[in-house]
Amino acid sequence: MTVTDTPERDDSEKAAEARPAKLGAVGWARWFWRTLTSMRTALILLFLFALASIPGSIWPQRGVSDAMVGQYYADDPELAEWLDRFWLFDVFKAPWFAAIYLLLFLSLIGCVLPRTMAHLRELRKKPPAAPRNLSRLPQHAVLDGDLTVEEAARRLRRLRFRVTTGPGWVSAEKGYLKETGNLLFHVALLGLLVAIGVGALYGYRGNVLVVEGDGFANTVAAYDRYMPGQQVNAESLEPFSFTLEDFQATYIAKGDKRGQALDYSAKLAVSDLPGAPERTYELKVNEPLDVNGTMTYLLDHGYAPTFKITDGKGQVAFEGSVPCLVIDPATFTSECVIKVADAQPEQLGILVAFLPSTVPAEGGEWVSIFPGAANPTAQVYGAFAGDLGMRDGVPQSVYEIPPEIQKKLKPLVMKADPLAVGQKLDLPGGAGSIEFTGVKEWIALQITYDPGRMPALLASVLATVALVFSLTVRRRRVWVRVGEGPQARAEAGGLTRTGGDFGEEFASVVAALNHGSNPGVKDAR
Amino acid sequence: MPAEADPVLAALSDQLILATVLLYVIAMLAYALDLAFGRAPAEASAAPAEPVLAAVGGAAAPAASASQREENGDTALSEAEETSEAGEGAGGTQPAPKPLPVWVTKAGTAALALSWLGLVVNLAALATRGLAAGRWPWGNMYEFVIAICLAAVAAFLLMQLRYPVRFLGAFVVGAAALGLGAAVHALQVEAGPAMVALNSYWIAIHVSAAIAASGLFIVAGACGVIYLIRNDAAVHLPTREELERVAHRAIVIGFPIWTFAVIAGALWADKAWGRYWGWDPKEIWAFITWIVYAGYLHARATAGWKGRSATVVQLVAFACLLFNLIGVNIFIPGLHSYAEIPG
Ligand code: HEM
Repeated sequence: MTVTDTPERDDSEKAAEARPAKLGAVGWARWFWRTLTSMRTALILLFLFALASIPGSIWPQRGVSDAMVGQYYADDPELAEWLDRFWLFDVFKAPWFAAIYLLLFLSLIGCVLPRTMAHLRELRKKPPAAPRNLSRLPQHAVLDGDLTVEEAARRLRRLRFRVTTGPGWVSAEKGYLKETGNLLFHVALLGLLVAIGVGALYGYRGNVLVVEGDGFANTVAAYDRYMPGQQVNAESLEPFSFTLEDFQATYIAKGDKRGQALDYSAKLAVSDLPGAPERTYELKVNEPLDVNGTMTYLLDHGYAPTFKITDGKGQVAFEGSVPCLVIDPATFTSECVIKVADAQPEQLGILVAFLPSTVPAEGGEWVSIFPGAANPTAQVYGAFAGDLGMRDGVPQSVYEIPPEIQKKLKPLVMKADPLAVGQKLDLPGGAGSIEFTGVKEWIALQITYDPGRMPALLASVLATVALVFSLTVRRRRVWVRVGEGPQARAEAGGLTRTGGDFGEEFASVVAALNHGSNPGVKDAR
Repeated sequence: MPAEADPVLAALSDQLILATVLLYVIAMLAYALDLAFGRAPAEASAAPAEPVLAAVGGAAAPAASASQREENGDTALSEAEETSEAGEGAGGTQPAPKPLPVWVTKAGTAALALSWLGLVVNLAALATRGLAAGRWPWGNMYEFVIAICLAAVAAFLLMQLRYPVRFLGAFVVGAAALGLGAAVHALQVEAGPAMVALNSYWIAIHVSAAIAASGLFIVAGACGVIYLIRNDAAVHLPTREELERVAHRAIVIGFPIWTFAVIAGALWADKAWGRYWGWDPKEIWAFITWIVYAGYLHARATAGWKGRSATVVQLVAFACLLFNLIGVNIFIPGLHSYAEIPG
């Protein structure tokens, strides 16, 4: 049967709902299926779907704002624990969320399948015979001239009606695209769900931070964070590589919006295959690098000052760049942590504030006033000696020395003057020295492979186009009756099945019936 | 893109906005006059085709006999549509016309003229703002609100060309005046370059579509509000059926545009953020808005929830739309960098 809500069906539904006590297993199943595929259930599930998404905008979501989730845990671990128990940090992966949309789509299938069958049957059928009295239809007109059934049918066909004839009458219908559109729209929604699912299973996503001059090769090991779908094979990653040759950011220099970024661009030397010749690519926001469907996006950037650290034994224990965390995006005031694991006799941990455009502030402080590196300085505000605890097996963030470890270290320096490029700070007690050697920048990249992207796009486009047909096309019928005898006149009647006004169009149909192929031309008789 | 805005054009834009507010306010007063003393819309607004439908619609059912429909696989839902359509047409009670003073008949015309003028000035304000900054003029919340007010008035004026919906003027144009006033008061920022992520042709596609759909939804929302506050004595307001029909029309046009806007947003996100859908708060609320409007269409099309319940659903969807515009920008941090709220 067609699953639509007719008044009768509503009644039978209610009756069915009242009766399940007497039903057997099959009856129960039928009752369940009917309830699930009823329009009212679909409506309730739709609203539930919307309602269930709201928590996702209230609580921070993992994978979107991990840092804020961490903040919840830091602020109130017990509450965070409870929120997590209800999947409120992973709303869109929650079983209760999945239950709603799976039921909704099941209901959708149950709704669309029978309707598709009915529609296919209807597409093969002829329009119904003309009612006896056309003057009782919502639209009615008396036609001039002596139209024959054949001629009326021909003229209606020319207007792209589907036409059938009988003795003395013509019946015509058009607007089947409405239901076709409606069905295709719902099927496209199913397609979209499948495409999203395919993307989640067979795609992967990874993040990596690259400093100017460094390279990246697309292997699992090269990622800072790698999130594969369940069906992704680590060997199947697109084997491209690149080097970050240069990064440039430009900022507004004057006015209210001083410091706001105008543009970023990263110059990459890309090799699509191992050993393949390099090509340059200018990576920008909104302009990802595409290597056979694996996309590389520029998400973020920051400074990576370079240092040379000499230890207590006079040996160079560290030389290179240190990516810093941006503390204030308006001025790119940044904080950097250097963990010198190779320093002898003791490991060194050094905390540095990096200021790209340094000016003196009150009270002997220094601040950055602009995000560009006009006057970069590095200020050591903490230097410690001791065991950094990096061999404990507990993974540490590169951006901090955990407080519990810091407590056990021996403080060497608590505050120093800012170093300009080329300047050196000697650590007290012959513990070594730190030299600020230069400024580089880092970029944060996301690399994504999603085989569902194109199918999802196609499904969405189909859904939109089908939706337009579903909402704008109307089913309409026109009948013509041709009387017999010399006095009889031909008349036409019409109605539309889904509301809206049909008057204007009916008038033009009548004109076409009266005047043949040229409804605009006045009758020449 | 220039790093600095043209100060003359920017100042001109600010003045044009004030002029727009003024025009809209006067237009609103003229509409109100027209509403209060003009002809009752039930009489003034009946479309030529509808009385016919109303008169014969009820009789249509026997004409195409029930058994015939059955064998043609007709769904009763379409019958429901037809009969309700007939009922809607017949709903308007028509009070006898009474003679009107000239200044009243002119008020409605003046209101329309003022609104068209306001629309042009509003457009000019937006255009000069865009020219001043050298980019599409919807790069922050101030500009976005201005554009939505423009879209709402445009949607109303265009609908008004085809359908008898002048009664909406006081509400839509009034809301636009309020919106512009609030934007000037609370959201104004100096003209200048937008956030880097907004440097893309997608802003023209995605945001324009969202603005156009919002304009239509505002018209529908105005109908919904009038529907709920209208009491039966208010003969100057159109019937509830009329209100519902206008709202439905606006949503039927707005919904596919909104759908397109969401999809264009996904395409843009795919370029800018590395995924086409990531449940950013703005995306969540665009999705919720979409689902609730889809719920409204379902409710109306098939479940027979016409009238008050459908109107409530429509208004809930509208509230979601507004929350996405205002609440999400201001209260919830996310990737969408429209906000740029001053201070
Ligand atoms: C993912 C969830 C769904 C969405 C977003 C959705 C969306 C829509 C939209 C926008 C329309 C309007 C088209 C029109 O009025 O012609 C529509 C119509 C319709 N939907 Fe859905 N739908 C969903 C699920 C369902 C389900 C589960 C059912 C069945 C139980 C269903 C049955 C229908 C029917 C029968 C119509 C046609 C109304 C008519 O004939 O005018 N839909 N849907």
